[in-house]
Amino acid sequence: MSKLLSPAGTQVLFMGNEAIARGALEAGLNVAAGYPGTPSSEIIESFAGVARERKLYVEWSTNEKVALEVAAAASFAGLRSMCVMKQNGVNVASDFLLHLTASGTRGGLVLVTCEDPGALSSVNEGESRYFARMLEIPLLEPSSFQEAKDLTKWAFELSEAIGNVVMLRSVTRMSHASGNVICGKLPTKSRRAKFDYDGPVMDARTGPIISTPVVAKHTLQQEKLKMAGEVFEDCPFNSYSGPKHPELLIITSSACFLYSQEAIRMLNLQKRVGILKLSCTWPLPQKLLKKYLRLTDKIMIVEEVLPFLEENVKVLAAGMFKQIGGKTFYGKMDKTLPAVGELNPDLVAAALAKIMKVKYKSLPAAYTKELQKAAALIPLREQTFCPGCPHRASFWNIHNALQLDGREGFVCGDIGCYALAALFPATGYHTVSTLHSMGSGTGLASGFAKLDVFGMDKPVLAVCGDSTFYHAVIPALINAQHNRADITFIVLDNSGTAMTGFQPHPGLTVSAMGESVPSVDIAGICKAIGANVAISDPFDLDGTCKILNSFVASKGSLNVLIMRQICALSPEKKGKKKFGVKVNEALCLGESCGCNRLCTRIFRCPALIWDRTKKKAVVDEVICAGCGVCHSICPQKAITKTEVIN
Amino acid sequence: MKHRVSNTKLHSKVYRGGKEEATRHAPGRHPAYRVIRRGADNDANKGRRREAAWYKDPMNVIITGVGGQGNVMASRVLAGMLVSEGYFVTIGETFGMSQRGGSVMSHLRISRESVLSPQIPQGKADIIVGLEPAEALRVLTRYGNPDVAVLINSRVVYPIGVITGELSYPSLSEIESIFKKLTAHSWLIDATIAAVELGNPVLSNIVMIGAFTKTGLLPIDRIAFAREINKSMSADKCALNLKAFDAGCEMIK
Repeated sequence: MSKLLSPAGTQVLFMGNEAIARGALEAGLNVAAGYPGTPSSEIIESFAGVARERKLYVEWSTNEKVALEVAAAASFAGLRSMCVMKQNGVNVASDFLLHLTASGTRGGLVLVTCEDPGALSSVNEGESRYFARMLEIPLLEPSSFQEAKDLTKWAFELSEAIGNVVMLRSVTRMSHASGNVICGKLPTKSRRAKFDYDGPVMDARTGPIISTPVVAKHTLQQEKLKMAGEVFEDCPFNSYSGPKHPELLIITSSACFLYSQEAIRMLNLQKRVGILKLSCTWPLPQKLLKKYLRLTDKIMIVEEVLPFLEENVKVLAAGMFKQIGGKTFYGKMDKTLPAVGELNPDLVAAALAKIMKVKYKSLPAAYTKELQKAAALIPLREQTFCPGCPHRASFWNIHNALQLDGREGFVCGDIGCYALAALFPATGYHTVSTLHSMGSGTGLASGFAKLDVFGMDKPVLAVCGDSTFYHAVIPALINAQHNRADITFIVLDNSGTAMTGFQPHPGLTVSAMGESVPSVDIAGICKAIGANVAISDPFDLDGTCKILNSFVASKGSLNVLIMRQICALSPEKKGKKKFGVKVNEALCLGESCGCNRLCTRIFRCPALIWDRTKKKAVVDEVICAGCGVCHSICPQKAITKTEVIN
Repeated sequence: MKHRVSNTKLHSKVYRGGKEEATRHAPGRHPAYRVIRRGADNDANKGRRREAAWYKDPMNVIITGVGGQGNVMASRVLAGMLVSEGYFVTIGETFGMSQRGGSVMSHLRISRESVLSPQIPQGKADIIVGLEPAEALRVLTRYGNPDVAVLINSRVVYPIGVITGELSYPSLSEIESIFKKLTAHSWLIDATIAAVELGNPVLSNIVMIGAFTKTGLLPIDRIAFAREINKSMSADKCALNLKAFDAGCEMIK
């Protein structure tokens, strides 16, 4: 039996994302849709794993906006649904979201956004809490694993009670952290879908679901939000812990609550500092805040990333000035806490120590000095492509084609593991020059290609992954073709949404729930748009380079090269070497070879190392994935490959 | 199901009749690792789970390595074993694209009382399990303290900067002497070789769990391990993992 379906009363170790999934199941979830993105992906995966047993419909949608539309349809039909994404996804879904929150919903609809303070697995640390304020919908933020489950369940009740979307925000240190959770009851009955739309326009239960008449619907939307605010006043998920008369009050939410608790303990300030933990962070519960703001005149707000709580609490405090008096606020705005990046117990403790004028007992000075000495010896470990990664070979091909062309062509990058090509240490050369949101590489390339009239005569390339292609690239590609932007567009097709854990996408024949589905062919779409299309295996360096060279040199057409090779970490490939790879020491000329250590300085595979005593390249067989590409790059043919017979 | 601690020897050797006897450089004698036996091991108590109570709550464990070495799996297996023993365990970790070929860390906090922050404060690690030597050292310099115990896999994974020649990697003997000097106890074993001998280097993390169990730093044993992997692995995989576990146990004398 899946851990997710543990019986009521059992204590399990859940990742934050699993706790959210369990909470939704306990609320009687019917439909779930999302697009993969770290740190959110495990929620939909959890649902997919129990879809049959729990009679759910679960899908990986093409992108977050479509996912929200799929989830909303279920809500309109009276079902309970969840839509899951990372912070960037909310931007993608926001157009529909803005209209959805105006039209309102029926069955409980919870939008989960898992965000990434410090951008541990992202190219931004943007946050969506401001969306909740802008969209005038309630915002919930769990601050422990148990609460992640319980609050999610409650979010469905709230959504249904007010008839609008409820946003639940998690962060990496909640979603990807794990802790003990006691399971609740799973419902035994499932709902039936029924969509009514013949009633009067203002009838929320039976009328058409539209955002007009706008002003009347907007008024209704604000009433719903007010109702949520009233519920929040007595919500047990907001709580105070600490002395009756604290010298300092910390107001916090999410993982920052755990950091604050730890910091207080580290400094032994339990008798002097209190914590007001808010799990309902928009709209703020005013009466509750008034009660606790009165306790002291020193307030510290601990949150990630932007000063959202801080701003909103300050606005409330200004309005209550007569009742609560003047306050000194500490937080991000006065730089008590860092304005960017993620927080941790040390950062909160340092801030607390400063405000409370206490010292944190640190390690003996002599020991710290020794640690610093040791730290200076440790080499930095930069990110790089995995051994056997098709992207290393793909960018090798692209780099060589651009070198051969000689006009300083460049590549517009996109979102996926291949974004590593934008970082210098990952490869020994630069190819990728821009990196933004999903699909934007192709749009940018489309724009760059039109700059020839302003004197920019360089080949323009764009790359994207297979999943990204479906997500957001197609409109940009049509734009390039229609506006005669001559770009070479490369799909790095590794057969799955590899970066986030091999979730299926429309190019595959299997769905999230493991059902057989029709695949949508990338080459077919590109041909239909009118592009020249070719397919190659990036491990075939000669063949791929030939096509690339002709594409880069050509004028007057949109060229698409699909480089197809499965990800080295994919379940069908992982641990199975195709080739046994070795360096023939007799042939390797080492430093005296004219190649200037092409293999270990430029190609940069973690499995191809440099023996400093022998001054020759060596293959670390434990790390080597057996792709055999390095055999093709060695000018001396000193790297040999022999097919492994499995 | 009640679970009986099977390795009586392991636990009794650290039983000191309730007296605190902190001797450095001996695991189990160190205050942080005291396991106190509750109730005499007589007939009346037979079959009852022996309560392990630490001198220190929480116990902070960091498992570190390079992306792809099985860090996440090791932390989940350990945590699963401890949750079954009735502890609150909080794991903090990061995974995804940012860890491809990079340094990875899992923070485990083991407590009788509550879940805790998923990030351990600096200088507060009680135990470091390093799947790679430089990564173990990296964690030591941030989270170490004079009382920390460290178990290290000696197998090196070279960072790209070292491969290209821009950076250098300290020698293993240098690393070993730093650990000897700056920790209360350290073990350096070649878990990867043992895993390769079993047919797959990927088992290194399980060899390390076996070795870690044998150190007696945490109240876990072979039965708990077997039960934990049984939850998610097929029978043949379980057998192979148990072999790797046993190989690890044998490496700690």
